[in-house]
Amino acid sequence: MSENSVAVELQGIWKRFPGVIANSDINLKVASGTVHAIVGENGAGKSTLMKILYGMQKADEGIISINGKALVFNSPSDAIAAGIGMVHQHFMLADNFTVLENIILGSEPKSGGKLDFAKARKLISDIAAENGLAVNSDVLVSELGVGDRQRIEILKVLYRGAHILILDEPTAVLVPHEVEELFNTLRDLKKQGFTVIFISHKLDEVLSIADEITVIRQGTTVGSVNPHTENVSARVLAEMMVGSELPTPQSVGNTIQDQVVLTVENLGVIAAGGKAIVDGVSFKIRAGEILGIAGVEGNGQAEILNALMGIESATGKVMFQDEDISKKSTRYRRDLGIGFIPEDRQRQALLLGAPLWENRMLGHQTKAPNAKGFWLNPRGAKADTKRIVAEYDVRTPSIDVNASALSGGNQQKLIVGREMSGDPKLLIAAHPTRGVDVGAQAAIWDHIRNARQAGLAVLLISADLDELIGLSDSIKVLLRGKFVADADPATVTPQELGTAMTGAGRAA
Amino acid sequence: MNLRRLATSLIAPAIGLGVSLAATAVILISIGANVTVIFSSMWNYGTSPRAMTLMLNLATVYFLSALAVSIGFKMNLFNIGVNGQYILGSLAAAVVASNLQLPKAISITVTILTAMFVGAAWAGIAAWLKVARGVSEVISTIMLNFIAVGIISYLIVRTSIGTETSVNIRGTKFIPESGMLRGNAFIDPDTKVYGFLIISIFVGVGYWFLLNRTRFGFDLRATGKSASAARTSGVQSTRMIVTTMLLSGAVAGLVGLPYLLGQTGSYNLQFPTEWGFIGIAIALLGRNNPVGIAIGAIFVAFLDVSSGQLVLEGVPREISTIMQGLIVIVVVISYEVVRRNQVKSEQRSVARALAKQEVSA
Repeated sequence: MSENSVAVELQGIWKRFPGVIANSDINLKVASGTVHAIVGENGAGKSTLMKILYGMQKADEGIISINGKALVFNSPSDAIAAGIGMVHQHFMLADNFTVLENIILGSEPKSGGKLDFAKARKLISDIAAENGLAVNSDVLVSELGVGDRQRIEILKVLYRGAHILILDEPTAVLVPHEVEELFNTLRDLKKQGFTVIFISHKLDEVLSIADEITVIRQGTTVGSVNPHTENVSARVLAEMMVGSELPTPQSVGNTIQDQVVLTVENLGVIAAGGKAIVDGVSFKIRAGEILGIAGVEGNGQAEILNALMGIESATGKVMFQDEDISKKSTRYRRDLGIGFIPEDRQRQALLLGAPLWENRMLGHQTKAPNAKGFWLNPRGAKADTKRIVAEYDVRTPSIDVNASALSGGNQQKLIVGREMSGDPKLLIAAHPTRGVDVGAQAAIWDHIRNARQAGLAVLLISADLDELIGLSDSIKVLLRGKFVADADPATVTPQELGTAMTGAGRAA
Repeated sequence: MNLRRLATSLIAPAIGLGVSLAATAVILISIGANVTVIFSSMWNYGTSPRAMTLMLNLATVYFLSALAVSIGFKMNLFNIGVNGQYILGSLAAAVVASNLQLPKAISITVTILTAMFVGAAWAGIAAWLKVARGVSEVISTIMLNFIAVGIISYLIVRTSIGTETSVNIRGTKFIPESGMLRGNAFIDPDTKVYGFLIISIFVGVGYWFLLNRTRFGFDLRATGKSASAARTSGVQSTRMIVTTMLLSGAVAGLVGLPYLLGQTGSYNLQFPTEWGFIGIAIALLGRNNPVGIAIGAIFVAFLDVSSGQLVLEGVPREISTIMQGLIVIVVVISYEVVRRNQVKSEQRSVARALAKQEVSA
C-alpha cells in the first residue's frame, strides 16, 4: 500500500430519516495509513455517516469505495469482510466473559467442531504484541477499567482482520492519561499501515492526533484541512463546524433578585450498579438568575434534571421557594410552575404519534388553557398551540399534523414554547437550542432572557459552551457527578471551560 | 387532512375484508364447495329478522368485551383476563339480583354495579401483582381466568349458591322478572333484542368521553404513546396501571349481563366462558375506537350467526372461524402498512407546504 493510495472514499452520500436529512452530499477521501478525523457538532451527522460506512444503515444515495473498489454494504458483516472495523462509543463487551472470550466471540477459531482456545490465544497475543496492546487475556472484562476495555475493543476489531478502524468518540469516556495511551496506540497502528477514522468533537485532541481533518456541518462535508499547516487552529475548526458566523448570545445586565427559587442540598443519584452518578451536588438559583452547568455529556447532567423533576429517585433536599419538594411527585412539581426541557426530546418531551396541539398539553394537562378541572379543553389547547407556532416560529402547515412530521429543530421550538407558557417560575432546560437553526436560536435566547428579566429562574445545561457562557449569570462545572469548579461567564473563555470540564485544570 | 385520515381508517378494514373473503373462497373451492351458493345462503340467512336480532344481541356482548380490552390496549396493557372477570362478575350479579325484590331501575343498577365491582376486583389482583411484584399482566390475567372457572364450578356445584335449575344443570337461583332486562322484539316478532344494548351504547359513549375529553384519558393515551414522555409530563405510571386495569375489569364485568339479564336469568355451568378472547380480536379490528369496535362486533357476530348455514350446505362451520382469524390478521397488517404510509406522506406534505411558504415569503 503506497502512502498516497485512498483507503476509503465516499461520494455523494445522502441519508434521509423521516423529518430529518441526516447526511446530504457527503464527500470524503481517507488516505491509507493515516489518522483521519471527522469533526462536527452533536447532531451534525457524524454517527449516521459512520453507521453507513460500517453497514449498519444503508445510504439512500452515494458510492462507498474501499481501496478503490466500489462496494455495497448490506450489513456490518459485509463491512467487516471488506476490512472495516468499528470501535463503538459504548463498548459492546460481555462483562462475565474473559478478555479472550470477548475477543473471539462471534468468530471463534475451531478445530474439528471444537473451540480452539490455544489457537485463539496465540492469534491474540501475536496481534497484541505487533501493535503494543498489552492485555491479560484471562481476566474477566468486569474487572477492567475503561481504558482496558477500549483496548479490547480495538483488539477485537484487529482480530477480525480489519485494516480500516473507525473509532466513534473514543475519548469521551477516557481520562487524560488514558487519552494519551490511546493516541500512542493509534500512532503505532498507523506505523503498521492501518487506517484510522477518528470521530470527535474535541478539537484540541483532533489537532494533536489527526493527519487530516474533515468537518461536517448540518449533515454535509464542508471541507478538509491539514492540521500540520500553520493557520489551522481550534478556532478555525470551530468556525467551520458552526458556520462562519459563530453566533453568541450577549448577556445583558444583571436581573438577579433576592428571592431564592430553587435550593438544592447534597443531591445524590445512585445508578443501578450502586455507583453514584450524582454525588452531593448543592446549589441555589434566585429569581432572575440563570445558572449554567458545564460538563461533558454523561457526567450526571441528565440525572440531576430527572431528580429535580421527581422522575428519578434521589437523596438530598430540593426546595422550591420555601417548600421542601424532595418527596413530591413530578406532577406536583410541574404544577408549582416548573418548566422542563429534557435532554432527550423525542423520548421525554413529545408524543410523536399525536398532533401538535395534544403535544401542547403534555406536561401541562392539568392547567389552563388545556384543561378545565377534570375535563380537557381541546379548543383552548388548539388556540394556544397556534400562538406558540407563531411566537416561536415553528414551521408547520397546521397544528393537526403529528409531531413526528416536524424536523428536530421545529420540534424543539414547540417544546421550548410550551415550557415557557403559563409564566413558569423556574425553567430547567437541557440544550434548549439543540438542532435549531441560527435565527430561531437567537429568538429562543431572547425569550429566555425576557422571561429572566421578569423573574424567571433558569437551570441551564448545554453542550454549546458559547450559549452557556452567553446566557448564564454563573457557571458550575460538573465532572463525574460532582461540581469541580466555578466559572465567571464574564471572563471565562470556551477553551478554559472545556479544559475544566475534562478535569485537566481549573477555570478562571 | 382529516378526510385523508378517515379514508385511511377505512382502507385497512376494506382490504382485510376483501382479502379474507378471497382466501375463504379459495378454501371453500379447495374442499369442493360451491362458493356463490354458500356466500349467498349465508347472506340470505344473516339478513333475516331473526338472524339480525341474534346478531345484535351477540354484538352487544362482543362490543362490551372489546371495549374492556381496548381500555388496556390504549396504554399497552394487555388484559387477557376478560373471561375470568366477566364470568365472576356475571355470577355475582346473578346471585345478588336473584335475591332482590326492588323496582326494576334500582334492581338493575345494583346488578350492574355488582358485576362491575367484581370484575374490577378480579382485574385488580393482576394490577397489584404487576405494580408490586412486576408480574406481567398477560400471564397473571390468563392464569386468573382458570382460577375463576375453578372458583365458579366449586361455588355452583358444592355450595348453596347453586341449585338444580333444570334437569341435570346446576346454576344460581333465577332472577325475578323485576330484575331482568329482556328487551324488545322490534325486528323479529319472536326474538327480543336485549335491553342491555342501550346500556352498552352508553358505555361506548362514556368510553369515548373518558379517553378524549378528560385529563385521565389524556394521561392514559399519553402513557400508551410514550411511557417515558408521559412520566416526564407527570403521569404516575403505577397509579395509571392500577386505575386502567380496574376500569378495564369493571367494563369486563358487564360482558355477561346482556345474556344473563336478557336470556337465562341464571348463571349456570353452561354459561359461555370465551367471550373475552373474541373481544381482543374485535378491539384490534376496531382500532380501539368505539365506532370501529361497534362495526367490528356486528361483523363478527354476523359471521357467527350465519355460520349456522354452512352446516346446512354441507361445509364445516369452522370455516367461519378461519375467516374471522384471517380478517383480524389481514386488517392488523394493513393498518400498519397504511399507518406507515400515512406518516411518510404527512412528512412529505409538511415539507411541501413549508417549501411553498418559503417561496412566497
